[in-house]
Amino acid sequence: MDTRELRTVLAAVVDPEIPVLTIADLGILRDVTEDRNGSVRVTITPTYSGCPAMDHLRRAIERTLIAAGYDEIEIITTFEPPWTTDWMTDEGRRKLTEYGIAPPRQHPGEPILCPQCRSASSRVVSEFGATACKALRVCSACGEPFDHFKEI
Amino acid sequence: MSALTDYLIRHADDNLVLSQRLAEYVSHAPELEEDLAIANIALDHLGVATHLLEYAAAIGDTGKTADELAFLRSEREFTNLLLVEQPNGDFAHIMVRQFLFDAYQRELWDALAHSTDHTVAGIAAKASKEAAYHVRHSHGWLVRLGDGTTESHLRMEQAIADLWRFVDEMFDTDSLDEKMTTAGMGVAPAALRGAWEALVDATLEEATLHHGPVDPQRRGGRSGFHTEHLGHLLTEMQWMQRSYPGLEW
Repeated sequence: MDTRELRTVLAAVVDPEIPVLTIADLGILRDVTEDRNGSVRVTITPTYSGCPAMDHLRRAIERTLIAAGYDEIEIITTFEPPWTTDWMTDEGRRKLTEYGIAPPRQHPGEPILCPQCRSASSRVVSEFGATACKALRVCSACGEPFDHFKEI
Repeated sequence: MSALTDYLIRHADDNLVLSQRLAEYVSHAPELEEDLAIANIALDHLGVATHLLEYAAAIGDTGKTADELAFLRSEREFTNLLLVEQPNGDFAHIMVRQFLFDAYQRELWDALAHSTDHTVAGIAAKASKEAAYHVRHSHGWLVRLGDGTTESHLRMEQAIADLWRFVDEMFDTDSLDEKMTTAGMGVAPAALRGAWEALVDATLEEATLHHGPVDPQRRGGRSGFHTEHLGHLLTEMQWMQRSYPGLEW
């Protein structure tokens, strides 16, 4: 397999808390290389410091590669440069909205759109939501509560 | 042990101990959203502690894993600040403790994001963004409760009076700090005090709260001399590994 195929295989690994997003959508998957002996080195970076999904993801990456026929696997966690929500792909942002979560904003001042009715008018209920990466908001137009993926 | 290992461990200990204190409080907050906030903030502190201890373990001079560093060191080997080990008390004490520490950590991580050690810089850069959320949260409560009812104001004043004696210790610069600063890897805590005071003073004024000079200031955490509260906290936190050594799940 070449690196592109390896990335396609790894794109099957999804975030356990937001299962519509793959590790590629999130920008967690930084690098994949395979050396001449067929051993694979995967470099990932943690999202939030306290994200409990990271351990799960390391195991899921390992299982996925084993299922694809690799047995020499090295998973490296890098902190530099630090992950930012700017690394989430456009595809990832689109999937998040469909799933009912307002994606992280790419520019300061950009409105947060309600994933239900697309209104730009909402208020924060809590800056800390059901997971480390989300804030809880309520839409002022349709009245629905929704999660917002916080920018860091 | 190398200076870097000691340095990683002291900052890990601050975050580990505070995360344990916050975890004790989860499900007791005044409202559901606050329970979620406290749990998330505790998780952020725990995450930072984990990253720092894993790095310390990877350096290897302690001969211990990150879990062993967390669960099998004694009270005298913990080098956290005395402030973070103080018991929860009421919500006012929890928020004052949190605000004083959040304001300190925001400056600390901002500075360490420029560390010449790339792993420290990466961990710090991420922690600094999270600390900005933490400060906004605890700042909001300080103003809301300080400038709230007579009862909430009194309780906040009491919490400040009780906790202020642990403030100076945050900014003590010892030989390890000096060594790490000279190496370009660390920062002298004394250099953080100006920015910390600017934020804290402005917040206290907005919250109609005051602090007097508290004498004597308590210190000793960085050398392993703790208040009586840390031993109890560790007893509970380390119980599993002490009773069932090596247990994993």
